[in-house]
Amino acid sequence: MAVREFAERGADLELVGIQKRFPGFTAIQDLDLKIPAGSFFALLGPSGCGKTTTLRLVAGLEEPTQGRILIGGKDVTSTRSHERPVNTVFQSYALFPHMSIIENVAFGLKRRRIADPVGKAHEALRLVELDHLAQRRPQQLSGGQQQRVALARAIVNRPALLLLDEPLGALDLKLRRQMQLELKTIQEEVGLTFLHVTHDQEEAMTMADTVAVMNKGAIEQMGAPAELYDLPRTAFVANFLGQSNLFAGEVAGSTDTAIAVDAGGTRLIVPKARAHRHNGAITVGVRPEKVSLHTEAPSPSPERNVVGPGRVLDVSFSGVSTQYLVDVPGHGTLLVFAQNTGAGPSVGVGAEVWSSWLVEHGFGLEDAAVETERFSSDDSTTSIAAQRRDDLVAELGEG
Amino acid sequence: MAFAAFTTAEAQPQAPRKSSRIALLLLLPGILYLVLFFLTPLVSLLLTSLQAPLEYGDIGQYQYAFNWQNYVDVMTAYWPHIVRSFGYALAATVFALLFSYPLAYFIGVTARRWPLLQSLMLVLVIAPFFISFLLRTLAWKQILSDESFVITSLKALSLLGPDAHFTGTPFAVIFGLTYNFIPFMTLPLYTTLERLDLRYLEAGSDLYANPFTVFRKITIPLSMPGIVAGTLLTFIPAAGDYVNASRDFLGGPDTQMMGNVIEANFLVLLNYPAAAALSIILMAAILVLVGIYVKRSGTEDLL
Repeated sequence: MAVREFAERGADLELVGIQKRFPGFTAIQDLDLKIPAGSFFALLGPSGCGKTTTLRLVAGLEEPTQGRILIGGKDVTSTRSHERPVNTVFQSYALFPHMSIIENVAFGLKRRRIADPVGKAHEALRLVELDHLAQRRPQQLSGGQQQRVALARAIVNRPALLLLDEPLGALDLKLRRQMQLELKTIQEEVGLTFLHVTHDQEEAMTMADTVAVMNKGAIEQMGAPAELYDLPRTAFVANFLGQSNLFAGEVAGSTDTAIAVDAGGTRLIVPKARAHRHNGAITVGVRPEKVSLHTEAPSPSPERNVVGPGRVLDVSFSGVSTQYLVDVPGHGTLLVFAQNTGAGPSVGVGAEVWSSWLVEHGFGLEDAAVETERFSSDDSTTSIAAQRRDDLVAELGEG
Repeated sequence: MAFAAFTTAEAQPQAPRKSSRIALLLLLPGILYLVLFFLTPLVSLLLTSLQAPLEYGDIGQYQYAFNWQNYVDVMTAYWPHIVRSFGYALAATVFALLFSYPLAYFIGVTARRWPLLQSLMLVLVIAPFFISFLLRTLAWKQILSDESFVITSLKALSLLGPDAHFTGTPFAVIFGLTYNFIPFMTLPLYTTLERLDLRYLEAGSDLYANPFTVFRKITIPLSMPGIVAGTLLTFIPAAGDYVNASRDFLGGPDTQMMGNVIEANFLVLLNYPAAAALSIILMAAILVLVGIYVKRSGTEDLL
């Protein structure tokens, strides 16, 4: 029968060889995942990557085609949804419209015949500061309030595992920040295991202890947010989690600690420890805020990689920082974020600049940079127009 | 109601204040129609129900009076028919609900993935309307008559006693009522179940409710508008029905309902005041019962 008692503490979740096929497509292929008890785990990915399906599998709302799900070491693969020690905060909130707020929150407690359900429900509502609305109906609440009720309805059950399905998506920025903080506090207070599914990389990075980046039904990379940001393994991660400048090249030489990459005639050095590949074709990347701009060619040094000269295509000021888009012939467009501390040079559109970064800030990716197209300029309308004109001129010249 | 108006005054959408002449003009045909064909007969019915027999007159000749004694007379003479009418109607409504709910659930929820099957089943539910219900009820009389294949087979198998009848029994009348009103029950149920958001059911099972509890606590309350509409559409006409219970169809002498009595009084006995009084009683009783039902089911905020 259903779990009759509160979970003492969070339980760990283990997914072993999970595969989920729907008629016509595979949502998840061969997923292995272990989430330690008490951690705040974020599953990050674009829409359609299989992250919500993963959540529904854990909640028991879908059955895996293959593989096993273990919660706290117990195999729950064939356990039905209402018998799993898991609660979900749904993306749509799914508050029962025919019940008052307090009835909604007490629903799970009553089903488990836990003593004093209404008192505990009021307590949970106080936690999300909505106790004064206990007698209202869900339709009478704002989106943010409904979201907090949905959260209260889930955590009041003290599940071993709390699943969050993009619950903050519908909130405005300020409320989202507030809820992120509240969630984090609740998680630390109660010590539950949180599995948070989101496509918002900032949310994932600020809240989670561990982030798993998911793409096309598989996990691309998993680790602490800082670690993932600092050393992405694939081009997808490098571009989904923040932005990256990527350069494709060939390994031209190596020492004990570093490799030298020939990227379109420019020599780039990457520490061996920061490269996932040490020979053949390789993609080198660097985060835009690690790159600095120079108005004259910097003297070559073994500590810095220099790319340039290039021309500034665009400057956009955003308060704390300025974003420069630099067109470097042979490499495409380079993105540079400069802090507005007054230290760096301030350049305008059209200026000739060199870009450089410290060798230890670069990283070498495991796969080819397909996503670099995102930064190439061929899709901009001006370049297409220019291309057309050049073609026409050439044609006329021939005739 | 007045309090509700105070508390949610700001949220209430403002009704247009100007009573436009065009709106009145557009309403006029409807009002005229209702006055002519609803209000006039109703008043006439009320007056008839209070008529007294004409002194030294023929059978069927009455004069206007305030003879409220008519009501007492019909109540004492026909109270078993009144009770029977509502009993049969209630039974038919319950059976129709029990039969239609799973059917509507299947069409509206289970078959959502197969729109073709959904439309096909809806057509099958509506299909009986293509034939007059008199003919259909007569057909059932044929099928269930004592000499019919069904009854003789049941007798041969000793499932029915040798003297058993089906037509003419209360069961046959309730069967006929249930059969005739199933589409009226199924269609409103289907429309609410078709819109039922399955995410609520998932949320319920996520909150430790087993499938039965999910059905009882979530599916049923959310489909309440359909249940109320369907039961009203079945109960009201079933209580006044005079076809199924008639001797010419599925009924017998012991299954007469109010409709049959009204018919007999009006067309055979020519006792117009009694027929009118019975009609008024039927109407009033239905109004009261339905009023209590709608109030009790608390569907105002779901409708």
